[in-house]
Amino acid sequence: MILDIQNLKTYYQTEKGAVKANDDITLSIDKNEVVGLAGESGCGKSTLIRTIMRLVPKSAQVTARKMTFKGQDILSMPDKEFREKILWRGISMVPQSAMNALNPVYRVGDQCIEAIQAHTDYNKAKCVEIVEGLFDAVGLQAGMMKAYPHEFSGGMRQRSMIAMSLVLNPALVIMDEPTTGLDVLVQERILRNLKEIRQKAESSASILLITHDISVIAEMSDRIGIMYAGRLMETAESMELFNEPYHPYTLGLKNAFPSIKALDRELISIPGSPPDLLGDLPGCLFAFRCPFAIPECETTRPPDMEVKPGHFVHCIRTDHIEEFRKRAGDKKTWQSSKSAI
Amino acid sequence: MAILEVSDLKQYFYLKPDFLAKFAGGKEARIIKAVDGVSFSMETGEILGIAGESGCGKSTACLAVAKLREPTGGAILYKDRNITKMSKKEIRNYRREVQLIFQDPYESLNPRHTVFDLVAEPLRALTDKSKATIKERTMETIEMAGLQPDEYKSRYPHQMSGGERQRVGIAQALVLEPKLVIADEPLSMLDVSIRAGILDLIRDMSKQMNFSCIYVSHDLSILANISDRLMIMYLGRIMEMGATRDIITEPRHPYARALIAAIPIPDPAYKRPIPEIKGEVAQPIDPPPGCRFQTRCLQVMDICRNTEPPLKELKPGHFVACHLY
Amino acid sequence: MKLESLKDFFVTQYNIIKSNRFGICGAVILVFFGVVALLAPLIAPHELWESLRDSSGKLAMLRPPSWEFPLGTTAMGRDILSQMIYATRTTFLIGLVSGLISIGIGANIGLFSAYYGGKLDEILMRFTDIVYGMPFLPFLIVLISLFGRNIWFVIIAICCIVWRTSARVVRSQAMAIRQRQFVLAAKARGCSDMRIIYGHIMPNILPLLLLYTSFNIAWSVLAEAGASFLGFSDPNNLTWGGMLYNLWISGKIRTAWWWFAWPSISIILLVSALVFISRAYEEVANPRLKQR
Repeated sequence: MILDIQNLKTYYQTEKGAVKANDDITLSIDKNEVVGLAGESGCGKSTLIRTIMRLVPKSAQVTARKMTFKGQDILSMPDKEFREKILWRGISMVPQSAMNALNPVYRVGDQCIEAIQAHTDYNKAKCVEIVEGLFDAVGLQAGMMKAYPHEFSGGMRQRSMIAMSLVLNPALVIMDEPTTGLDVLVQERILRNLKEIRQKAESSASILLITHDISVIAEMSDRIGIMYAGRLMETAESMELFNEPYHPYTLGLKNAFPSIKALDRELISIPGSPPDLLGDLPGCLFAFRCPFAIPECETTRPPDMEVKPGHFVHCIRTDHIEEFRKRAGDKKTWQSSKSAI
Repeated sequence: MAILEVSDLKQYFYLKPDFLAKFAGGKEARIIKAVDGVSFSMETGEILGIAGESGCGKSTACLAVAKLREPTGGAILYKDRNITKMSKKEIRNYRREVQLIFQDPYESLNPRHTVFDLVAEPLRALTDKSKATIKERTMETIEMAGLQPDEYKSRYPHQMSGGERQRVGIAQALVLEPKLVIADEPLSMLDVSIRAGILDLIRDMSKQMNFSCIYVSHDLSILANISDRLMIMYLGRIMEMGATRDIITEPRHPYARALIAAIPIPDPAYKRPIPEIKGEVAQPIDPPPGCRFQTRCLQVMDICRNTEPPLKELKPGHFVACHLY
Repeated sequence: MKLESLKDFFVTQYNIIKSNRFGICGAVILVFFGVVALLAPLIAPHELWESLRDSSGKLAMLRPPSWEFPLGTTAMGRDILSQMIYATRTTFLIGLVSGLISIGIGANIGLFSAYYGGKLDEILMRFTDIVYGMPFLPFLIVLISLFGRNIWFVIIAICCIVWRTSARVVRSQAMAIRQRQFVLAAKARGCSDMRIIYGHIMPNILPLLLLYTSFNIAWSVLAEAGASFLGFSDPNNLTWGGMLYNLWISGKIRTAWWWFAWPSISIILLVSALVFISRAYEEVANPRLKQR
């Protein structure tokens, strides 16, 4: 297992109390696997990335039963060791709006080379070779290394960021909304490119793909986790999640996404909005918007039930799932939740 | 009766040659042809979707129709009246009937105004109604947009979520009971789980108030859901236009085909075809003669490089601008 | 609804100033001077130009501070405390009126310049540049010499110059606001130019406006002090600067430290107070300055 996270909690301390940005996240990523994390704004996916990459402020409280990378404990590892051994070599990142993360006054190739030189003592020639190879892999011509960021289109900049994340051949690449804001043809190219890179034997990097676009997640992921309000609502193998979803939020998300292959399907919203993550949060955080909630849902915190091997669900009513799946397709069902009335 | 008729709309931006370019020999001003000869018409009550990637000119065309920018050429006829030559009074009347819904709910509302002020403003600016009438109509519209009037009337934008703000934006657009609403990507900045609700609101209001709607978006999945007719633009020209269902299920133009093939589907089992297209999206600066799509088309022919293909009607209501047909 | 927002406005301003240590300090000083200015005739123990005699009947010239004359007396035997009290009123008035008028001029020029752009912007800004080039005090002196030594001409003269900085700054912030989408939205909703300028853009630059109002008043006070020290003030309306002028022409500047001290300290205090209040607004206008 490349990344093994068990019961991770990241709480931000504020004047008004603790904000539970990540609450009891259990996630694992195997070698050569793409794990997709889907969730909307405020679900905690950015916090998760920052926690793994150690970019959370010092005041944040991070606890976990276990957090290891390739067997090494990265939770209590000293900062210096993390920076030297893990950061960018083991785990690298393509941040959100990565296209804006490039320094406009330096050539793109130079920035990539600098990333290598910051973490290794390879000589310049070797760095150039590595970057050339990666540019080729992401579909950029080697000559583009001499260009400045403003000469690149948004898609090209994103691809150069992906190249930069691969310079040290990491075992895990975290991609935060890699195609958000890009046109659909550009997005398609990048996703196709990622698939091609993974097929080549040399780079067997695992990917943690984080986005709100479940179509992209469906296309790219082997396994999927659905996040909501700082918690993992459902985790399963990709096909199984889509064909046999267990959590009401997953059912809701499926309804809310239009598909050109299902032009007649009615789009259904989930009324309400995500809760504030401040203070004591008893029960299930989706209960307020859930049309299938019972009073117990608001008081008892659901356990993570393994309904099938490898398929975990954060819900106490999983035994009624057949009925829920039938009712979820009807718009009126979603109008009956507490938030809708 | 066609409520809107746009003929040969052009919006050019002239770039003055920069200092060095003058020395290098590029003395002529460079032209960005953001919109280059767009013609279409709209019937009362229909929802026309305009799709295309960034830089295709869809938002620019809408600004011209909304009379927020003067077009460089062409005619826009609203109810048979040319809107490019209007007096101040006529413009006021026009704005009463043609309104916009903006993309960014975080930027399109004045942070210093309450919801009541925001929704009442079009009434105060464009009508002479009494205070009482304005109050009544404002509260009515806020409720129609799905927000509890008494609860929301004194709220400020920063106290509301993205979805709520967008509802205020819609209320602002609809309070005057317009006949034509131009919606510029109203969902793209909202969470997915609430988009459907806003889309329903627009659709329901369109039927209830019987207004026509131009819906601009780069998300074809959403356009497939809401629009009756669809128009696909590329680099300032229309590539294909027709009934939404026809275009989505059987696109004819190579660009439309590539676009639709590229759309991801929320189904892991689906094997998406590879879009038949090459190259990067071009800039609309100093375009070469002929078809706009020539640099990316896999089926490009000689004729494509020197003659611009006209919009041909392949079947009733379905137009394609391509030399293959 | 308008009245409600006016009350809200004052409450907000109170909160802004209260939250900043400098602001509180400045406000306290300002209120102190304000009260003195308001109640001047009631609290001044003597008349402004009254030559006084001491207990022994002699003319009380150039007396240092004592129980009888807490702030001392002038060369003509006038009570400095009374003079200070009356002068506070005049100085305060000139500062306030000039400051408010000049921010009015500057803000409007900035707003219109930013909104309309093009030729109007060019003309207004070139005009502002010219005014910028004028040396402050000499210009004031020339104007006052031309118009005459009258309190209103002093105010007008000050207004003619002090507006220039606010025009530039307001223009630049207004231009930033003008690019924002809600201004385009307002236009689409049918708002007239005036409505957009005053209803949409101005409310969003309010912290900046208030900051510069405070600055403008401070500059006006300084301008007045400078001009009147050189003799260019209304002889019938005594200001702190005027008192210093009187001290100067009496030739006793080296000996009568008390005559020098109180007006000078007051000028420093008042101007500082105004600048402190600006600091409180600066934090609102630029939240990054807040110390966390």
